[in-house]
Amino acid sequence: MATNNTLEPQYVLETRDLDIYYGSFKAVTGVNMKVERNKITAIIGPSGVGKSTLLRVFNRMNELYAGTSIKGQVMFDGEDIYARDVDPVEVRYRIGMVFQKPNPFPKSIYENIAWTARIHGYKGNMDELVENSLRQAALWDEVKDKLQQSGLSISGGQQQRLCIARAISIKPEVILMDEPASALDPIATLKIEELMQELKKNYTIVIVTHNMQQAARASDYTAMMMLSDRVLRSGTVIEFDDTKVIFTNPKDKRTEDYVTGRFG
Amino acid sequence: MKEKLVVQGFANNLKARNRTGVIWHVIFQASTAVGVIALIALLFNVSDGAFGYVAYEARVDPDTLSVAGVPVEDQSKEQLVSLLQSTLSSGAYNKLENEKPFGSRPREEVYQLVVERIIKPKVVEVWNLWPSLTQADEIRATVAKDHPKAELEFVSWLTSDFVTRPQTSEPLATGVRTAILGSLWTILFTILLAFPIGVGAAIYLEEYASENRLNRIIQTNINNLAGVPSIVYGILGLAIFVRALEPLTSGEMFGLVNLTSENGRTVLSAGLTLGLLVLPIIIINAQEAIRAVPRSLRNASFGVGATKWQTVWSHVLPTALPGILTGTILAISRAIGETAPLVVVGASTAISFDPSSPFSKFTTLPIQIYQWTSRPQDEFRSLAAASILVLLILLLSLNAFAILLRNRFSRRF
Amino acid sequence: MAELTLKKAEKKASTNNLRRKPRLGETIIQGLLFFCGFFSIFTTLGIVYELGKEALLFFQMPEVNLLATLTTTEWKPHIGKFGIWPLLNSTLMTTFIAMTIAIPLGMSVAVYLSEYAAPRVRNTLKPILEVLAGIPTIVYGYFALTFVTPILREIFGRDVVQIYNTASAGLVMGILILPLITSMTEDALSAVPRSLREAAYGMGATKLEVALQIVVPAALSGIAAAIIVGISRAIGETMIVAVAAGAGPNFTFNPFVGAETITGHIVRISGGDLSYDSIDYNSIFALGLFLFCVTLVLNIISQTIVRRFREVYE
Repeated sequence: MATNNTLEPQYVLETRDLDIYYGSFKAVTGVNMKVERNKITAIIGPSGVGKSTLLRVFNRMNELYAGTSIKGQVMFDGEDIYARDVDPVEVRYRIGMVFQKPNPFPKSIYENIAWTARIHGYKGNMDELVENSLRQAALWDEVKDKLQQSGLSISGGQQQRLCIARAISIKPEVILMDEPASALDPIATLKIEELMQELKKNYTIVIVTHNMQQAARASDYTAMMMLSDRVLRSGTVIEFDDTKVIFTNPKDKRTEDYVTGRFG
Repeated sequence: MKEKLVVQGFANNLKARNRTGVIWHVIFQASTAVGVIALIALLFNVSDGAFGYVAYEARVDPDTLSVAGVPVEDQSKEQLVSLLQSTLSSGAYNKLENEKPFGSRPREEVYQLVVERIIKPKVVEVWNLWPSLTQADEIRATVAKDHPKAELEFVSWLTSDFVTRPQTSEPLATGVRTAILGSLWTILFTILLAFPIGVGAAIYLEEYASENRLNRIIQTNINNLAGVPSIVYGILGLAIFVRALEPLTSGEMFGLVNLTSENGRTVLSAGLTLGLLVLPIIIINAQEAIRAVPRSLRNASFGVGATKWQTVWSHVLPTALPGILTGTILAISRAIGETAPLVVVGASTAISFDPSSPFSKFTTLPIQIYQWTSRPQDEFRSLAAASILVLLILLLSLNAFAILLRNRFSRRF
Repeated sequence: MAELTLKKAEKKASTNNLRRKPRLGETIIQGLLFFCGFFSIFTTLGIVYELGKEALLFFQMPEVNLLATLTTTEWKPHIGKFGIWPLLNSTLMTTFIAMTIAIPLGMSVAVYLSEYAAPRVRNTLKPILEVLAGIPTIVYGYFALTFVTPILREIFGRDVVQIYNTASAGLVMGILILPLITSMTEDALSAVPRSLREAAYGMGATKLEVALQIVVPAALSGIAAAIIVGISRAIGETMIVAVAAGAGPNFTFNPFVGAETITGHIVRISGGDLSYDSIDYNSIFALGLFLFCVTLVLNIISQTIVRRFREVYE
């Protein structure tokens, strides 16, 4: 294992011996994974194993809830984002998130994006920014005539794409997606998956999904999470590899059982 | 953290945003502090008024009234009665005897009469607690200079005597017993009216009422009544209980009194008026308590073939009872502190007899406080402060009891 | 043995009638309970009828004219003047002063409790607010007269601030109403779903930005309702103004002089000797009816706002 502190340039995120605690309960154990730039990395595993918990560590969302803490390091572009002088607001500015249930603000479609840009000091042409973001999220054509309508007045799938547009309006380097399509119908889900392939040209994507076919279709790398044998009820990444390898020739028997449907 | 490569149009404003955040955080905390400080200031202010130096001059020096070396405040009842007899005019003495025979008066009361009628201390000046503690010497000097004949004493206006003595016009001899008993009698009738009807209404609305227009109106009406100013209830009470129902509330209907000398401004009217006032509160709280009883309990009861009332009486009510009682105690707290409606209904201003029946004239603790606060002399301020302490202690105990009740009896499911 | 079981079976068969039995006890109880529920309607009817009846008598008296009442600015019953404006103006002034204290402070405390405060702090602060709300208003009146007024006189000068003034009463009324605004606002803020806050934090917003730019706007209808209820409470408040604001109608915009409010006037008039059917007696009812209508309308508006404009979050 490399002992230097610098990160090879193609890895934008890395965890080192990461443990995640809720109070004294260790929810996630000993994760060492590297996320490659401009690729889609999927985190899969059975329900309750800690996938979302792991994902939320990357943008320090866990700390919104009292009692959560971590041990180990989480590196972003070579720097530990949990260092004492790091502001979580800055982290979230650069690592964006899309949530499981679409959560647009109760503002207009336009304002959803404009507000986000504005708090980060955007002084440029807002109309242009909104249009660009909506185009990148493949939503522009559907809403361009109703930008002033409430963000809640559109369908679930459209709301989720609005949330994606909102997230990318501030040009993060990484987009975290927490089961973004699980609340959507198959057609909307497909749209999201197509979108992801486009987005990865400019962004790095880490996606949590319980839908194995989705992970197999859409991602480049896959992290397989399971409950650890060593720590009670604690989740860990048991295998991390090219998606093709995970789904056709996994090294760990448990991975094989899971992806072939024998378990989970 | 390494700064994000400046993307076109975005400014580097994190420091400014955090600074604004800190400023507002301080503003929010300061606002909270204002509330806490106001409470502390209020309690301090009341306590400040209830203790301190008093300079008073007595018409007749109590020392001259000692008998065989026994000072007047320690003399027996018989000695005090004979003192009154020898000092007061026969007309005045007989009047007192007729109002209430000396034989039946407690010693404290007789002593109070001695103080009132013979010694007649007159307050010259009053100081609050803080100045009394910090400027004791100056006060002593001032009194020695301006009022050489006066006695200077550090008193607590709130004493056990204060709580047990009846009300009188002499500030140094007065007490709040009349007012406290008035409050208690009033609350009795308030509860007698509001508790059964309130709980009944709550049961009806939660267990029996179906979803229709009438019941919606009833519920809305209750919610609206909870927001009506208390003085309007007073006016209502005046019109209905004091005036329209005068035969009932004055006791004439029961042949007890003569309507020419008595009227409807009685404890009963007061209690009923406050009953109407707290009724919506009891109903709403009881509804919440009943609603909190889990469906599964009712289902279990219905499942074995119990009727609705059997279910309510044997299962729902006992479970909801702690919540209902807590709500009732809160309503009582509210009623005890109410002043305006009772002023309108007609609390008596100069009453010194304890209420003895529902048809007695009445005064209550808050009204006593109001009357004393309205007098310009300083000694009445001190009396008001002492009474406020009594009222606050009463309310505190009541609420502590409610919390105890809630904690002790809340069962888990 | 066999006989016994046979008898039992017979009995069961004969009573195995599933028809509804008339349960007289249940019906009586249901009727009683319905009466209890309906009782409160009597209260409202009583208020409307009694107040309306006497108020009508008031307006029918020769000295009194409805138009004059609503438009003139002198309330001097002994010379026949019944313009409501001095009393109403004073009520509005104390209400206004009270709300300038209660709204900003009340909302700040609510935002603090809802978005910032740690659970331990919340658990200490909420009881304190409950105590503030539970102190009888006569005690607040005493506080206004003996603490706040002297301070105002120190600050602004004894010749500027009279002993009885509306500023003192208004300030203390603000403290009285603060807990009400805080608790209703806090309820409204709590109703904003967690997912909205997460979305905002996820976009890199600071706590302040989340609180003031996302959560508060999302709770606006509840906050508006809280403010209206606070105003209604201030209008109906009696003892603080009765003790501290002055005992005589006075049409003025100067908060440092005494001016009786509607409620203070009612209390003063009824505290004295009142003969039925005198013009003073009837004026109480007219004023009371006015108060009742105003506060009722405000409360209904508040409930309508919550019902109609309740925010949709999903």
